[in-house]
Amino acid sequence: MSALLELKNITKRFPGVVANDKVSLEVYPGEVLALLGENGAGKSTLVSILYGLYRPDEGEIWVEGRPVRIASPMDALRLGIGLVPQHPTLVGRHTVAENLALGIGSPLWPAQRIGPLVERIAQGYGLQIDPRAPVFQLSPGEKQRVEIVRALLRGAKVLILDEPTSVLTPQEAEALFRVMRELRAAGKSLIFISHKLEEVLSIADRCTVLRRGRVVGSLLREEASKPRLAELMVGRSVSFERKRQSAALGEVVLEVDGLRARSSRNLPALQGVSFRLHRGEILGLAGVAGNGQSELVEVLAGLRSIEAGAVRLLGQPLPPSPARLFDLGVAHIPEDRIQMGTVPSMNVAENLALRTFDRPPWARGGLLNPRAFEEEARRQVQAYAIATPSLRTPSRLLSGGNIQKVILARELAGQPQLILAVHPTYGLDIGATEQVHRVLLEKTQQGSAVLLVSEDLEELLSLSDRIGVLYRGALQGPFAVEEVSREAIGLWMTGGVA
Amino acid sequence: MDDWGCGVRLEPLANASPGRVLGVTLAALGLAFVLVGAVFVAYGQNPLEVYRLMLSGTLLDAKGWQEILRRSIPLLLIGVGLTLAFRTQFYNIGAEGQLLLGAVLAAGVALFLPLPAPLSLPAMALAGALGGALWCGLAAWLRLRFSVNEILSTLMLNYVAQSLVIFLINGPWRGKDVRGYIYSDRFAEYQQIPVWAGSSVHWPTLLLGVLLALVLQFVLFRTTLGFRMRIVGENPGAARYLGIAQGRVLLLLALITGGMAGLAGVGEIAGIHHRLIEPSQLSSGYGFTAIIVAWLARGHPALVLLTAPLMGLVLAGGDLLKVSLNMPFRIVDIFSGVILFCLIGSELFLRYRVRWGR
Repeated sequence: MSALLELKNITKRFPGVVANDKVSLEVYPGEVLALLGENGAGKSTLVSILYGLYRPDEGEIWVEGRPVRIASPMDALRLGIGLVPQHPTLVGRHTVAENLALGIGSPLWPAQRIGPLVERIAQGYGLQIDPRAPVFQLSPGEKQRVEIVRALLRGAKVLILDEPTSVLTPQEAEALFRVMRELRAAGKSLIFISHKLEEVLSIADRCTVLRRGRVVGSLLREEASKPRLAELMVGRSVSFERKRQSAALGEVVLEVDGLRARSSRNLPALQGVSFRLHRGEILGLAGVAGNGQSELVEVLAGLRSIEAGAVRLLGQPLPPSPARLFDLGVAHIPEDRIQMGTVPSMNVAENLALRTFDRPPWARGGLLNPRAFEEEARRQVQAYAIATPSLRTPSRLLSGGNIQKVILARELAGQPQLILAVHPTYGLDIGATEQVHRVLLEKTQQGSAVLLVSEDLEELLSLSDRIGVLYRGALQGPFAVEEVSREAIGLWMTGGVA
Repeated sequence: MDDWGCGVRLEPLANASPGRVLGVTLAALGLAFVLVGAVFVAYGQNPLEVYRLMLSGTLLDAKGWQEILRRSIPLLLIGVGLTLAFRTQFYNIGAEGQLLLGAVLAAGVALFLPLPAPLSLPAMALAGALGGALWCGLAAWLRLRFSVNEILSTLMLNYVAQSLVIFLINGPWRGKDVRGYIYSDRFAEYQQIPVWAGSSVHWPTLLLGVLLALVLQFVLFRTTLGFRMRIVGENPGAARYLGIAQGRVLLLLALITGGMAGLAGVGEIAGIHHRLIEPSQLSSGYGFTAIIVAWLARGHPALVLLTAPLMGLVLAGGDLLKVSLNMPFRIVDIFSGVILFCLIGSELFLRYRVRWGR
């Protein structure tokens, strides 16, 4: 059988980096090719080239045995290449049908005749969507289905799915995989971009691994295993044994009793949450985004007021000030490391001092001491192996992993009593993830209490001593980690009863 | 990035080097001069000749230099304040009104407060700074308390300030010996800011402006207060996360930037006009021209020491065109407008690299 799509020696350079270095791969009809690689390995560049957003500096793209030029997404679609983007690009106020009609419907009443067509395609592949529903009412999984239908409507034979599971619950991801199997059975080619090894192993027929812009390996499903793929991705062997030894629990650090709080839109967000967190313990908090996790963390970080209930830190009521809380030993690794955790235009040394800039040695009598900034920063950069061109580099130029290390170094300086870690490894590569986990475990061993909010169940299960699940502002659990299964957590996340 | 269909593409630029910033800024200014040159052509003038006249009449002429300096003084004071405000994302475009309020309060002190002579000028300066600060503080308070967009409120307050000045010089403050004119009585000798002999360069105000530019540069980059301002301005989310009282920083900033504009107003009436006069004559749009001055300085108060004289040159040169070539007064506005337009447009080239062809 001949390849449907073939890349031959694709090279793409950006100032200072070779994003793709002589990348060759082919995709056959009726298979799922996983494209695996860490952040910065060149996956996104390759996708952009395939979809006509970038043009390669060198190399050729062949479709159905003929060399082609893809100068725009229009060209890509004409050649039967469709993209399901990581973040949906739909018009929220329009209905599903109207969104799908964009660009292909007739000029007048474009959405009118597309409904039946949509339903036929959707049913054919087990994609349930209601063409009349406005898009803003859809869940992330549903929006993704709309994107898939859109690509199919345009006649896609090759479907590129760019990190499609990053916004889904385990159940939704499973549903996506069912759809992907249907598509494969119907002879479509799928390119599945991911850095989650379990998913790749469960859905892909072949895996191509990229590292630093190069193809470092192509394996058939039968040859692939988690350690093997991870080793290819990272370039060294990776330990998956992170499960911590449960230590004897220390005194109670944080007591939350019947906590209620409202969201920024003044809707009830926490409806009577209670738990205790002990010294030397990691409490994992699972849940689909928007079920009260952010509000809970904000209350604990002094950023949101308590409506009812009580929160005590080491027996004392919580002061409602982030600065006071930091002084009391509350470290906060925020959800959004760019919009909250750092000031991207400020340099590394300044970002490392965001908490402490107004006290000695950083400042005396209101005057800053630049030398102290540099000295302290140099020590932190070394201790946390932060890769930065210099201390004066604006933090926005660092990679996600290094920005996160800057935040960790700043927040965990000293010995915090309580660490609020929100999606601490979101978007990080395996190496950086490993380091973040190691640091958190180290601090726990030294007596910190950790509240770990994550959407990554693997992470929660491997780090936590106990796990709770938030659904619509109510807490299930916490349960000892040995006593819960993935399935039960998944059900609680969607409001089911385990 | 985007493909414009004609082989031009934009690639995001991680970090614009200082050299690139300078180059792009100079190119934008150059383009502005070319575009305005086209306007001169439309007036039947040779643009090269016009620019030669502008330069020789200002830079190569002692009187011209004085004129540049006189124009630079208010631009410097207001520009330094606006640099700070823009940096903190408080888009104050009401410096014109704040300047007028400063002038009003200073004039009030001069006309109606019997003070010992040596105290008079300092009191006028204080009152003027206070007037500008309060006028701007009002907009800041509206934003903090009711989330009123400060772009609109500061702009609208300009008109209120103008009407206030016109009301005062038409009514209660109208001078006794002014015959048909509408302006206040003339200030006493000791209420006037000293000038360099034979010019109207009121040097104490100039000195104050230079000093404040340097002081605020120091405050911004070497003090904890400045550090806080930069956090609030560059990432409000981080300021919230760190528990920095953003409202307080914003209010303080508004008071500083308004106060600087108020001082500029004091300089204009106590240094040049020596009475409260009509708003359009009192300021000739310094509050708006200073927006360009601040934009050019790109967040560095000390750089206003360069950008204010540059716009001072444009204003002084424009005056010259009016007189020598009989061009309309509004030519200066076209100049400022085109420069600002080119500068804002040039921001694109600081954030992206342009690629031609495939």
